[in-house]
Amino acid sequence: MSLLSVKNLCLAIGTLEILRNISFNLGKGEVFGVVGESGSGKSMTALALMGLTPGFAITSGRAELDGTDLINLSEGEMCALRGNQIAMIFQEPMTALNPVQTIGDQVAETLIIHKRANRREARKIAREKLNRVGLPAEQFPLDRYPHELSGGQRQRVSIALAIALRPKLLIADEPTTALDVTTQAQILDLLKSLVAEEGMALMLITHDLAVVAGIADQVAVMQNGEIVEVGPTAQIFRQMRHPYTRQLFAASGHVPARDPQTEDAPLLTVTDAVRTYAMPRSGLFSRPPPFPAVNGVSFTLNKGENLGLVGESGCGKSTLTRAILGLEPLQGGQISLLGQPVGPKMPNSLRSAVQVVFQDPYGSFNPRWKVARLVAEPFHLQPNVPADWHQQVADALVSVGMVERDMDKYIHEFSGGQRQRIAIARALILRPELIVLDEAVSALDVSIRAQILDLLADLSDRLDLSYLFISHDLGVVRAITDRVLVMKDGKIVESGPTGQVFTNPQHAYTQQLIAATPRLPDA
Amino acid sequence: MNLPRSLIIGGFLFAVFLLAAILSFVWTPYDVEVLNIAAKLRPPGATHWFGTDHFGRDIFSMIMVGARTSIAVAIVAVGIGIGLGVPLGLWAAANHRSWLDEVIMRGNDLVFAFPSLVIAILITAVFGPSAINAIIAIGIFNIPVFARISRGGALSIWTLDYILSARVVGKGTLRISAEHILPNIANLLIVQGTIQFSLGILAEAALSYVGLGAQPPTPSWGRMLADSQTMISFAPHLALFPGFAILLTVLGLNLMGDGLRDILDPKIRRLRQ
Amino acid sequence: MLRFAATRLISLSLSLLAASVVIFAVIEVIPGDPASFMLGLNAEPDTVMALRDQLGLNGSILSRYLSWIGGMLSGDFGTSYTYRVPVSELILARIWISLPLAIYALLLSTLIAFPVGLIAAARRGKASDIGIMASTQLGIAVPNFWFAMLLVLVFAINLRWFSAGGFPGWDQGFWLGLKSLTLPAIALALPQASILARIMRSSLLDTLDQDYIRTARAKGLSRRQTITRHALRNAMIPVLTIIGMQFSFLLAGAIIIENVFFLPGLGRLIFQGITQRDLIVVESVVMLLVFAVISVTFLVDLAYAMADPRLRRRK
Repeated sequence: MSLLSVKNLCLAIGTLEILRNISFNLGKGEVFGVVGESGSGKSMTALALMGLTPGFAITSGRAELDGTDLINLSEGEMCALRGNQIAMIFQEPMTALNPVQTIGDQVAETLIIHKRANRREARKIAREKLNRVGLPAEQFPLDRYPHELSGGQRQRVSIALAIALRPKLLIADEPTTALDVTTQAQILDLLKSLVAEEGMALMLITHDLAVVAGIADQVAVMQNGEIVEVGPTAQIFRQMRHPYTRQLFAASGHVPARDPQTEDAPLLTVTDAVRTYAMPRSGLFSRPPPFPAVNGVSFTLNKGENLGLVGESGCGKSTLTRAILGLEPLQGGQISLLGQPVGPKMPNSLRSAVQVVFQDPYGSFNPRWKVARLVAEPFHLQPNVPADWHQQVADALVSVGMVERDMDKYIHEFSGGQRQRIAIARALILRPELIVLDEAVSALDVSIRAQILDLLADLSDRLDLSYLFISHDLGVVRAITDRVLVMKDGKIVESGPTGQVFTNPQHAYTQQLIAATPRLPDA
Repeated sequence: MNLPRSLIIGGFLFAVFLLAAILSFVWTPYDVEVLNIAAKLRPPGATHWFGTDHFGRDIFSMIMVGARTSIAVAIVAVGIGIGLGVPLGLWAAANHRSWLDEVIMRGNDLVFAFPSLVIAILITAVFGPSAINAIIAIGIFNIPVFARISRGGALSIWTLDYILSARVVGKGTLRISAEHILPNIANLLIVQGTIQFSLGILAEAALSYVGLGAQPPTPSWGRMLADSQTMISFAPHLALFPGFAILLTVLGLNLMGDGLRDILDPKIRRLRQ
Repeated sequence: MLRFAATRLISLSLSLLAASVVIFAVIEVIPGDPASFMLGLNAEPDTVMALRDQLGLNGSILSRYLSWIGGMLSGDFGTSYTYRVPVSELILARIWISLPLAIYALLLSTLIAFPVGLIAAARRGKASDIGIMASTQLGIAVPNFWFAMLLVLVFAINLRWFSAGGFPGWDQGFWLGLKSLTLPAIALALPQASILARIMRSSLLDTLDQDYIRTARAKGLSRRQTITRHALRNAMIPVLTIIGMQFSFLLAGAIIIENVFFLPGLGRLIFQGITQRDLIVVESVVMLLVFAVISVTFLVDLAYAMADPRLRRRK
């Protein structure tokens, strides 16, 4: 007898069908993984089960939780069920908690709303639940506010308030996507142990095949509002009957074909780089010592080399990137490119040698400019804009797989992947020696990401480019770099050839990172 | 293009008064500077559409000329606010967290402590009353409003990656502010501009009502209301028409602002998604 | 929290100091000699000299500024030239009309705006929301002093429910005093209430779009509970700023509205001061107004920090 039985669940907004005939069964104490790319309808499925779809959406079909059909319940009946029988946690821990209420009150509220406890008892239970999710009383008293906690800690609070009443089903919508890998591993472990100990079922929604591979008993693969394949995890990964599953799997572990030709000539050298930031005043007259974001970093990037730089958020990689781009001064050490010093006052000719592609395909372009002007912006570095700039822009667009007439469009007419191609075209237009790729594929769906990685590999071979590939994603760094640097707390803790570092990590932190990274089963 | 209804209604209302103001330079039904005591305090009718005041002047003509004063004062005051406030706000944002930013923002706070009425009182105490006072007083008060809104808008754009890209290609803060920041906060400024315009008309009316604005014989709506006050019990039309003129102009501008926000904002929202 | 209050207090004291310098400088800028300016062109030289002495105009700029500030801090605002009485007495007699009027209006405006904004937000897009939004649109566009005149016309002249103006004095009884401030307070409050209600509505709607509202719904809170338990307090944060700014508008508005109702408040005092060139009165009242605005800013900052824990530990 299954705990949740979904049959022919459909959801439409106006004439637009968002979900079509979703059917699956989920047993007690089971982990059910739902994977798919953005727009596949996986989050909407969860919201439909919770009865939290937008008011104008029309839902049909059946979804029985222990015999109660969730789809046809009234709003009042659904309120009684939510948080009690069926609970949910969301992706963004930074905004998921009420900023003006203490964490204790937010956990206790679940109990008070469902009239399971008075305020005093509720706070006592809240304490137990926070302890249970790994937030002990000494460091995390009930009167802490969300802004005093890190992202991982906030996600633990979200879990605590979701499990406060021991619901039968917990839905987690991309619960670890916004977190670092080591934090992700801890949260996944916590969820796994909750399923085992509290006997609840977990529906885990994610874009990451490797995450479900490690935790789910059953997997459903979603595409365009439909489940294309569903079954026991091992079987799905072994058989991969549906072409989309195969495609997703291939894209997730995609390694682009490359022909690395590294010369033994240093292109970029960083020597003992130190960059500190002033900390906010702690009192009226006291000023804490400056915070070293980059603390004595040294490395060399050779011509033609693809160098990876991995590290978790706050390790100093963004600060280092800005220094390498000559945007911010160093407080110690030096950076040189082609033998010339890099800094805010570097000459334009040297600036032309290094270009950059950023992570966010949506914030990378001025929305009021046409593509032609966007791609041509780096010509600012040249004394005169070349007469054939229009042709050069067209060529750059073609070389990244776009077409010439895209020049007359505005950026909002393109998808995320296309925007990243345009960003690469902009970086290429001056034929630089080095391109800094700052989390350049992190915001993309796996299949798009695979295409962009192929493009980057192809360009690097064809144009003899060097990359500094900065990412928190070890899989991507492994796929495209020759050598890798591991950064933690402003320092490089390990460096070496990529294959060697990944198969035989020396530093404890590197080992921890690699162990925490979810892995796809071998096909 | 499908324009929002509020923009159409608001635009129409404002256009009526704007045209009346422009027309008043070449034609009004009666000369507002000629007194005609014989025809004083006429109720609204066929010869004098809105009636006459205690000097026999035609109210309709005075409202046309008054529109001129109101709109001119508000336009110049908004101009002062945008002309000084926007560069200050952009400058502060470009130097975020520096002493310059701090000085500009504290200066703003200081001006906020002086409501435009207080500024007008001070100026009048020193230089005597005139329409220029109203312009300066309202204009000064507009500066921090625009400085704040452009700083806020600019700060959120400064964090975006396309600004970093522009810096990577060697563009300086001035060029970035002009090429990237200003066009992207223009919608904010347009919407705020219509709001400040309508507030300017209200403030001008209030200042001339208490005698700190345009001086007689220049007709102004606030002045007309002040004059009508003692006669309100037997000649209420003197108070009704100028009041409705203010109400409708301000309403028109506010509706326009709402409509502009509707057409300027969702596009931006869609772009961000 | 205490540290936050202390830093804000220091920063606002600095604003106050800067404001006093500005006011002093403006009065100093007056073309020619303030004493002869006040007395007019035909004044006798002796009289001018006497006034210069009285104004303390014979010292250096710095010593004059210091004695002005020092006097104010000890409650001595100087002596009015026209009334020949200490300015502090003049102000004390009138502030008990202007200040209660502004506060009365602020209370009314808040009491009207909160429920109205809440209803509009809760019934977003429904007929009641559209009706409320349309009437606030009108409310914002009405000049308050004209609205006051209409109120006089309807309620005092035609219906005779209120007197058309004047103030009996608080010693004639609290309710009588309050009654004579009611029409002016309504005239001041309605336009401000319209603004506040719109801000309340949009702030609530913004808050209801936040992720933590979804979290609260997932906990099992009903729509109404998410508003009362989560959205309201967060939505109050921007509303507080506006309430603080409104106080300065209301105070300025009170000064203007006093004219409509012939109330002997600060407005009367200051406009008489201007026509009679009594600069001591003008500069003192202006300083007082600025002081009131800055004090309210301080109170709003404190309320802000109370509503938003993120502010308390910053700085």
